[in-house]
Amino acid sequence: MAELLKIENLSIHYKISTGWVYAVDGVSFTINRGETMGLVGESGCGKTTTGYGITQLLPSNAYIKEGSKVIFDGTDLVQLSTFPSKKFEGYRKIEEYHPEMRKFRWKRISMIFQGAMNAFNPVYKVGDQIIEAILTHENVTEEEARKRVEELYKLVGIPKDRIDNYPHEYSGGMKQRAMIAMALALNPDLIIADEPTTALDVVTQDRILGEMARLQKRENVAMILITHDVSVVAEMAHHIAVMYAGNLVEKGTAREIFKETAHPYTEALLKAFPSIKGEKKRLKAIPGSPPDLANPPKGCRFAPRCPYAKDICLEQEPPVIEISPGHVTKCHFAEELYGELGGE
Amino acid sequence: MVNWVVSKMAEGNGDDRNVVIEVRNLKKYFELHVGMFKFWGEPIYVKAVDGISFKLHEGEILGLVGESGCGKTTTGRLLTRLEDPTAGEVIFQGRNIATLKGKELKEYRRNVQMIFQDPYESLNPRYTVQKTVMEPLLIHGIGETYDDKVELVIKALEDAGLRPAEEYLSRFPHELSGGQRQRVAIARALVLRPKFIVADEPVSMLDVSIRAGVMNLMLDLREKYKIPYVFITHDIAVARYMSDRIAVMYLGRIVEIGETDEVIFNHVHPYTRALISAVPVPDPDHKHGRVEIKGEIPSPINLPPGCRFWPRCPYAQKGICDVKDPPLKEVSPGHFVACHFAEKFMEEEPTEKTVDVS
Repeated sequence: MAELLKIENLSIHYKISTGWVYAVDGVSFTINRGETMGLVGESGCGKTTTGYGITQLLPSNAYIKEGSKVIFDGTDLVQLSTFPSKKFEGYRKIEEYHPEMRKFRWKRISMIFQGAMNAFNPVYKVGDQIIEAILTHENVTEEEARKRVEELYKLVGIPKDRIDNYPHEYSGGMKQRAMIAMALALNPDLIIADEPTTALDVVTQDRILGEMARLQKRENVAMILITHDVSVVAEMAHHIAVMYAGNLVEKGTAREIFKETAHPYTEALLKAFPSIKGEKKRLKAIPGSPPDLANPPKGCRFAPRCPYAKDICLEQEPPVIEISPGHVTKCHFAEELYGELGGE
Repeated sequence: MVNWVVSKMAEGNGDDRNVVIEVRNLKKYFELHVGMFKFWGEPIYVKAVDGISFKLHEGEILGLVGESGCGKTTTGRLLTRLEDPTAGEVIFQGRNIATLKGKELKEYRRNVQMIFQDPYESLNPRYTVQKTVMEPLLIHGIGETYDDKVELVIKALEDAGLRPAEEYLSRFPHELSGGQRQRVAIARALVLRPKFIVADEPVSMLDVSIRAGVMNLMLDLREKYKIPYVFITHDIAVARYMSDRIAVMYLGRIVEIGETDEVIFNHVHPYTRALISAVPVPDPDHKHGRVEIKGEIPSPINLPPGCRFWPRCPYAQKGICDVKDPPLKEVSPGHFVACHFAEKFMEEEPTEKTVDVS
């Protein structure tokens, strides 16, 4: 499969009054065309920052570290729209409203935002907001754009006569569908979906996820699915990347992550998750809480909570080890633990 | 926990155990005042809870599950008498709590405690942990001296897994993590030694790694003090982990209630079936069949006639489902279902109207 996006060593840090918050540190992964990648982790692990970092929709205090690469279809988006920061050496600042970057946003890479409830402007009609997105990026007339919206509505399963409704007249599930329609409006190559179903009820969530999988297959778009819900990625993703405290700790196919778990954090995460299937087992809580990213631990960031941690883990940052082709883990004891850890 | 479950199962269906609280045909209608229309015509009601009955036994956790708007939170608020019921009874120690007043009501409030969803909002940001947990003691005049009270607070905090408790006493909520905050809320509920606890989505705001710890804590406390819980959640996997029995609610009614494994694996009601088939499973090999239900939850203002679920039900039959309201029927010991075709679904697996999505 053709490679679409290649992220290399991406580090995004936030400047705060007391120093830096190391939100994303050295994340690398690739996505092929038409493929879904799940980005899982708990809140504050940097998964959203990573997702938004691709299109560089970040707050003004975000700086990208020199050496980070986001290669999208041959273009390095980091080089495209950032410039070396004068204030902080070794960092690049994001240029807002960069005209070249705008050609990528939505046209090539679109997003489904967290909480579609709030993603639409309440005082504009939903249809008009999608039409606006089309008109901004494409040289078409308003009628043509409207036609396109009608097609999109049919695709996501909203009746045509709802185009001229305001967001408050939609139910939560419908807003989410409209958001998906908007994300597909310009035939993007990549959709970044940030917790697309978190605020929805299970039945609606199930339906939306089914819809997304179907449309994605049909339109052959790649998708990054950012979520905290392990079971959602199990259902949707081909590849999974697990993040913890700004690091990517494990990456592999869905099967590898769930059945051949190689990182202690992934194991802990899977063991803490209740399932509706199989035998009822006592869940294992992870002791402690995630580290403060303004002051991350020196060695492995998971070491203070890790049941397998040894002295070296507290001292040295673990290397990234490829345990089997395509299956990567960031752990000192990857080889010893591989096969020992049971996801189930 | 296993011992507890085994000993409980030895007692049969648990019906001979002491009933802590009994709910009979409980209803709560909220009146809507739509502009000036309130002056004439029939008043419009939102039927949030519309005739539910169940019993909560000693040491039992009853999971109340359903989608948003199904009335599960209102039920919790009715049990704690944060709302007055429109009709029906909540019997506690032989008395209907709706008739309690003054001193008796205060006594009732001592016996029932609530744990709320959002620990970021349910704790007063200006109170230290000690003040938060001690407040119920002051209100109810428990503990003779100040030192006695502090001791009770420390005991409650330790029970809630905040050790060493002394370290937490003078902290403010903003100095605590989400999981620690929820533990403080649990300590506050426990300090009065309540007869039962209503927990409204207590873990849904917490991160996965912390959630398991809080759930285990609640299970351990149940085992230690035999306090029954009503555990309200939208997450069926969580309900399965926590509860002994599960009640599935839909539009103000209980549509199915029974032992947890009965409801999860031998569910009968089409809504339960759809709900459970929609739950994602953390296993990439799991083949996901899907029971299609139509549309979305209707508004509780204009309820459909007959069975509330029929407009969305794939098995609904005209002339039966849209006319008669199905009562809760016992299909196997302790397992009740509100569906006209419950017996039929029990005998034969209904032809799965599923869509393969793999």
